[in-house]
Amino acid sequence: MLTRNLIRNSKFLYSKLKQPTRVIRWNGQVSSQVNVPDGVVSALVGIVGKSNVSTAEAVREQHGHDESYHKTAMPGVVVFAQSTEHVSQIAKLCNDNEIPLIPFGTGTGLEGGVVATKGGVSVDLTKMDQIVAVHAEDFDAVVKAGVTRQTLNTYLRDTGLMFPIDPGADASLCGMCATSASGTNAVCYGTMRENVLNLEVVLADGTVFHTAGEGRRTKKTSAGYNLTNLFVGSEGTLGIITGATLRLHGIPDATAAAVCSFPTVQQAVDSTVQVLQCGIPMAKIEFLDEVAVDACNKYSKLDLNVAPSLFLEFHGSGTSLEEQVSIVDDLCKMNGGGDFKWATDADEKSHLWKARHDVVYACTALRPGCKPYSTDVCVPISKLAEVIVKTKEEIDKAGVIGPIIGHVGDGNFHVFFPVDQDNEDEMKVIKGLSEKMALLAISKEGTCTGEHGIGLGKRHLLEKEVGSGYNVMKHIKKSLDPKGIMNPGKIFF
Amino acid sequence: MSALRVLVGCKRVIDYAVKIRVKPDKSGVVTEGVKHSMNPFDEIALEEAVRLKEKKVAGEVVAVSCGPTQSQEVLRTALAMGADRAIHVKVEGKDVDAMQPIHVAKILSKIAQDEKIDLMILGKQAIDDDCNQTGQMTASLLDWPQATFASKVEKNNGGLTVMREIDGGLETIKVKLPAIVTSDLRLNEPRYATLPNIMKAKKKPLAVKAPSDYGVEVKPHIEVLSVEDPPVREAGQKVETVEELVSKLREVGLIPSS
Repeated sequence: MLTRNLIRNSKFLYSKLKQPTRVIRWNGQVSSQVNVPDGVVSALVGIVGKSNVSTAEAVREQHGHDESYHKTAMPGVVVFAQSTEHVSQIAKLCNDNEIPLIPFGTGTGLEGGVVATKGGVSVDLTKMDQIVAVHAEDFDAVVKAGVTRQTLNTYLRDTGLMFPIDPGADASLCGMCATSASGTNAVCYGTMRENVLNLEVVLADGTVFHTAGEGRRTKKTSAGYNLTNLFVGSEGTLGIITGATLRLHGIPDATAAAVCSFPTVQQAVDSTVQVLQCGIPMAKIEFLDEVAVDACNKYSKLDLNVAPSLFLEFHGSGTSLEEQVSIVDDLCKMNGGGDFKWATDADEKSHLWKARHDVVYACTALRPGCKPYSTDVCVPISKLAEVIVKTKEEIDKAGVIGPIIGHVGDGNFHVFFPVDQDNEDEMKVIKGLSEKMALLAISKEGTCTGEHGIGLGKRHLLEKEVGSGYNVMKHIKKSLDPKGIMNPGKIFF
Repeated sequence: MSALRVLVGCKRVIDYAVKIRVKPDKSGVVTEGVKHSMNPFDEIALEEAVRLKEKKVAGEVVAVSCGPTQSQEVLRTALAMGADRAIHVKVEGKDVDAMQPIHVAKILSKIAQDEKIDLMILGKQAIDDDCNQTGQMTASLLDWPQATFASKVEKNNGGLTVMREIDGGLETIKVKLPAIVTSDLRLNEPRYATLPNIMKAKKKPLAVKAPSDYGVEVKPHIEVLSVEDPPVREAGQKVETVEELVSKLREVGLIPSS
């Protein structure tokens, strides 16, 4: 009787409200979602047209989560912008009405960056899909927010150029700017920080500006503050990136792929350090522990030796490739590496690297029905072996499945725990492990996040890591976004 | 058998990643300012020819394109991917729209005879007209065997063993040389043109000819009446009950009235 009344009452309340307001507990905090009033929704329709505004639950649900373990929190409305001018007007509208504004690219983030914990407006930028210009002689390209990295590389394919940053997913390039993405190629080509020349940004009050000045695309500049790199990695909390000028690189003449397994993690990492010290221009050096190799074998039907392994890629031409491979082969052998296999055949290489690319799915497949919870610590290479070994000890002690995959060339590694987000006890254990790893990294002159961003899950670690820099960051945030509408609840609480 | 001379057809088409827009006057699609590139099936054909050269089965790869001046960009890409020389059969003005597979087939068969070609690899179809005719017509004009929709090509004594993708599955046939092969999607994954190769390609020979050099007149055989967008997809309807579903289906005549 009581229950029936409760249900009847809540249905009555629900029908009274035009938009549901939910109270969400997040990391122990109660934060209420901000309603998007009907007046604002109509104003949005006025800016972009009726077909570009949606309050449909399915659309809002899709825009309320990314590929992380963080649970969905839906925005009140999703608006599809088709131009920078649209984004500017939308920002001004949200700022005037103090409504949270969250940019949405491809939803492939790993730290909950798009999760609308405070409700508000999700501005989907995928329709801004123009490749504005490619300057082949200058090695740069100008793109709008909706262009993904594979779209750009497909467009570039007959110019002999490529944009090499490869975080795995087919992410939007401006989203990659916002999270300061990196990937398997960083050891050779750097991360987004080193490859963005200019950004077009919309600020909270609707101001549109270019971080290096409109149209500028020089390889270097000393003019004023480095605003470009201020916004790279800002995760939508300082402004919305609507366009980017990116540095391109030549497609390598020839590539070779190799795999080598080692008896211990220490030996694999030692090999990496020595290879780098030899000055060999490695394109990729990826570490997989035996759990990850096993997952790959099962998922991608490979036949690798189940032991800590290095996946290597060499870029060069003909003879220089052979030389590089031979030096690395010797170094690996010196460190107990066995079974050094290398391939130049296109299909073989493709098969090998696809397996590495699919490793997140392979790890999740170890426990069907689970989502991937990934950690992302990065330390100086000299500390890497010690940190990985300690991490493995903790994982074994906790008795969970935790495959380790590392961009060892950068001192960065991930543990991809396959987790059941609804199992609270399990989540507690995994979060505990992740916390331990982050703190360990911070204690070893490292960072709690090498490439995924702070997002929702690492806010409590930021101050510990950057120390007094934290207040400097807060000053900048307050100055550029006084009302706190730009992706609230991310990076800072 | 001595190394083969291989001819590869390369057509300049609108890039496969571009969103096609129909011209308001319905006379065709918008091509001004739109990115063009080599027909993807021709890229696969070229890749196969270059791989045959790397295996020392082929000795020379000749890339041919019939089209306007800009077709030379496609030929430069072909040269950067590994072709040894290129022939541009220049087609201008009204002839560009009038050109059909039959004209291309006649031109290619004449080139095959002049250049003493042993093997012709063509894309199975172009992604703009989807005709899937040039390979077959050329084989007929030359009276050469044809192995179409190839997903695997191997040299054997005196000819080729080709696996073909057909509706029923995979068919393996043997053809004697000289022959025509048309490439299907799974034959290979084409390489990218790299900067050093693009530079080298600038020095490779590219001859410019006209259809008349091969005794071909590009006379229009068909007239395009109109080009239209497919109908816009309409929103579906949700129904509450099976009875409602049945009555709606009856309304639009999809099931007979009782």
